Amino acid sequence: MAQYNLSINGKSMNVDVDPNTPLLWVLRDHLDLVGTKFGCGIAQCGACTVHIDGEAVRSCSYPVSVIEDKKVVTIEGLSEKGDHPVQKAWLEHDVPQCGYCQSGQIMTAASLLAENPNPTDEEISYAMNGNICRCGTYTRIKAAVKTASKSL
Amino acid sequence: MTLIDKKLNRRSFLKVSTLAGGGMMLSFSWLAGCKPTAEEVLTMPDEWFTINSYIKIGENGAVTLFNPNPEFGQNVKTSLPMILADELDVDWKNVFVEQADFYPERFERQFTGGSNSVRSSWKPLRTAGATARHMLINAAAQTWNVPAGEIITSTGMLEHKSSGKKAGYGELASLAGTLEAPDPEAVKLKENADFKIIGNSKKNVDGAKIVTGKPLFALDHKVEGMKYAAIVHPPAFGMKLKSFDKSSVTSLPGIQDAFEVKVFKDDYGRNFFDTTTFPEIIAIVGNSTWEVMQAKKKLNVEWEKAPDSTFPMAGRGGQNMDIKVPGGLENSAAHKEKMAEYITKPGNVQRKDGDPEGAFKKAARVLERTYTAPFLAHNTMEPMNAFADVKGDKAVIYGPTQAPESIMNALSSSLGLPKENIQINLARMGGGFGRRAYSHHLVEAALISQKIQAPVKMVYSREDDMSAGVYRPTYSATYRAALDENNNLLALHIKAGGIPESPLHANRFPAGAIDNYLAEGWQIESNITIGAFRAPRSNFIAGAEQSFLDELAEEMGKDPIEFRLELLKRAETNPVGERNDYDPKRYAGVLELVREKSNWSAVPNGISRGVSAYFCHNSYVAEVIDVSIKDNQPVVENVFAAVDCGIVVNPDAAANMGEGAIVDGIGNAFYGEMAFENGVPTKTNFDKYRMIRHSEAPKKIEVHFVESTEDPTGLGEPLFPPVFAALGNSLYKATGKRLYDQPFQPQIMQMENLRM
Repeated sequence: MAQYNLSINGKSMNVDVDPNTPLLWVLRDHLDLVGTKFGCGIAQCGACTVHIDGEAVRSCSYPVSVIEDKKVVTIEGLSEKGDHPVQKAWLEHDVPQCGYCQSGQIMTAASLLAENPNPTDEEISYAMNGNICRCGTYTRIKAAVKTASKSL
Repeated sequence: MTLIDKKLNRRSFLKVSTLAGGGMMLSFSWLAGCKPTAEEVLTMPDEWFTINSYIKIGENGAVTLFNPNPEFGQNVKTSLPMILADELDVDWKNVFVEQADFYPERFERQFTGGSNSVRSSWKPLRTAGATARHMLINAAAQTWNVPAGEIITSTGMLEHKSSGKKAGYGELASLAGTLEAPDPEAVKLKENADFKIIGNSKKNVDGAKIVTGKPLFALDHKVEGMKYAAIVHPPAFGMKLKSFDKSSVTSLPGIQDAFEVKVFKDDYGRNFFDTTTFPEIIAIVGNSTWEVMQAKKKLNVEWEKAPDSTFPMAGRGGQNMDIKVPGGLENSAAHKEKMAEYITKPGNVQRKDGDPEGAFKKAARVLERTYTAPFLAHNTMEPMNAFADVKGDKAVIYGPTQAPESIMNALSSSLGLPKENIQINLARMGGGFGRRAYSHHLVEAALISQKIQAPVKMVYSREDDMSAGVYRPTYSATYRAALDENNNLLALHIKAGGIPESPLHANRFPAGAIDNYLAEGWQIESNITIGAFRAPRSNFIAGAEQSFLDELAEEMGKDPIEFRLELLKRAETNPVGERNDYDPKRYAGVLELVREKSNWSAVPNGISRGVSAYFCHNSYVAEVIDVSIKDNQPVVENVFAAVDCGIVVNPDAAANMGEGAIVDGIGNAFYGEMAFENGVPTKTNFDKYRMIRHSEAPKKIEVHFVESTEDPTGLGEPLFPPVFAALGNSLYKATGKRLYDQPFQPQIMQMENLRM
């Protein structure tokens, strides 16, 4: 076990965990930030996507020991009032079905648009390809990313 | 055709004085929409008055509606309350929605499956809304001393015109809650033309919570003192636990205990949904998910081959039977050989019209084709899991289940507790697709909690989930058509089977349209467990049938839509046999609609186009799929769907589900496959099990609903089965090759120069 001081959603948080513990389980079990989801554990489905220094990463495969002073943002911290352009676009297009993968989808989309505010269809597909939606809401996800892109 | 007409039960209208268990999982309907401003909507009232099991009204006019059914993404948590709200006659923006817990005394049919939520709830929920409205009218009549018949309601207001008296629902809710509910049979329901909410799209009531990551799923649940559990199950079908060394894990950090869990008692008569692959598993309990998952890898365990076995099944109608589970380690290659063997043997005749044998003897030509598809894993994004808190003689379970009523018997038997001491709270599910109708995971969590006498959250790893069975079966179907010299269709013969069930629906189209018809089924037993998977059986047989009809139309020199319409005309005007379970006119209706919406005969440049249609869950769907070839790979460009499912309660959400079913179908047709080597599933995570991804989804999907005044029929499943053939038929146009075996992608990879 080891002590870590993490910057999560702009707040300083302390945890005492095994250094190999993936960020996903630190968030979910130790910090009660359960919006980040467990899907596969091997960085293949994207349900656990968070931002580390602005970049979308799979938190299930990111050990807590390597975070150091990097800034972590989860779905809970993407916006204060749930009104990030991507979140608003998701509601406008009524994207979710079961909703389980959507926080990961939103985090990936937000990171894409932060880097590239006007992505082409191909760029959206490429960026979103690591996030599986078993309900098959991909066409709505694409439409919502485009709507969010316009409002940035 | 029979529509399921659930008789209204008085228990729906029982008065309740407390909240139905669980947490206050309120979802305000406007939150998701972001439309009204804060001033336009009502805030939480000081007091709620219960009108009936489904409805509470606050003194300020705010309304709480309970969604009785488990939500797994089909959006019943929005659509079922919409039905209540319309008959109650309230403003949707003043509605809170609360997920009901399992409470059979208060709610009917708390089950998600068979595309049945809306169709079974349609009358009961309308009646619940209408009787509540009548109770408010009666309360006003009593207060104002005027005849109830002279009082009208208008979106949350009561009015007696001649005396000029007016009041909001909130003002009369307290009295209305004390009144006798009127006889449901005597309450008049709205005319379809008067619907204000039904038919007008409403946003998902949980939308705002989903996009901000609020806890909604069982996996998100946590209470003080809760422990975490992982499970270890045998690595192969046909294997069972021999022994394990508990000390190999109990000294690891954070690990409290490891023990065997026996899911069902030996003498327990299982019901239809009590499927479990591994009746004995090992549980590892500890302080965090990561620690218990790490400990799984360190566990010393020995497995052994399971012999042939039997378990008791409580049959429908009370008769008990023994279900045999064969021993042995099975292989996909051997499955294929065995299935090919069965095609040559006579099957069980399930329907015979005319003289099919004679017609085949007379035939100038016979077209014969065999179609196959593999086992499929459901792969819900949220793996199987459950929270349980069993202490002394009380149990609280919070878990993702489509069928709480079905698992209650097992919980009661395995825990040794009476049903009334067990509370099942219903979590939003991260997908279901049929998989969560089999709720052994709730029993497992409950037994772990009972053993440690503490609350516990048990979670499967993705590998546990994908390798634990309850798969869509593997199937095969052989179609034979007899043609005369002039290309007239003389007879059709279907022989369809699978491991371990047959996909045959002997009375569905094209039965009834062909004079000489023979349908036979067969099945091969196996220890690989199966379960309902989005449109069971239809999800395979539709693809086989509609691919065959496409090839047959081509052989006969006919347009594929025209050919189907001719058959349907025959079934309508002069049907063969009496057990045909579809309405040929509604069937033809969706084909005509998709022909129009896709502009069928005007195929755009560079596009190959295929069509398919199917009837299931009392709904009719036709689909056209357009593909192009880019970089020697097929690309799905457009999908057009025409759907006749009666009245559509929530059109945009219905379209969303239709789009999802189409994407699901394309994904499974191209990539879906579970295989076995010596009983071991060859794919256990998404690195090997190919799921459809964003870039592989169609560029455009249009879902068109037939305008209808018929009561609603199924929707979650019916758009799925037609996809396989619409895609296969368009790929044939694009590649020149008919695809007979799913998944398609490995065969496409072998094709060198695709057309176009």
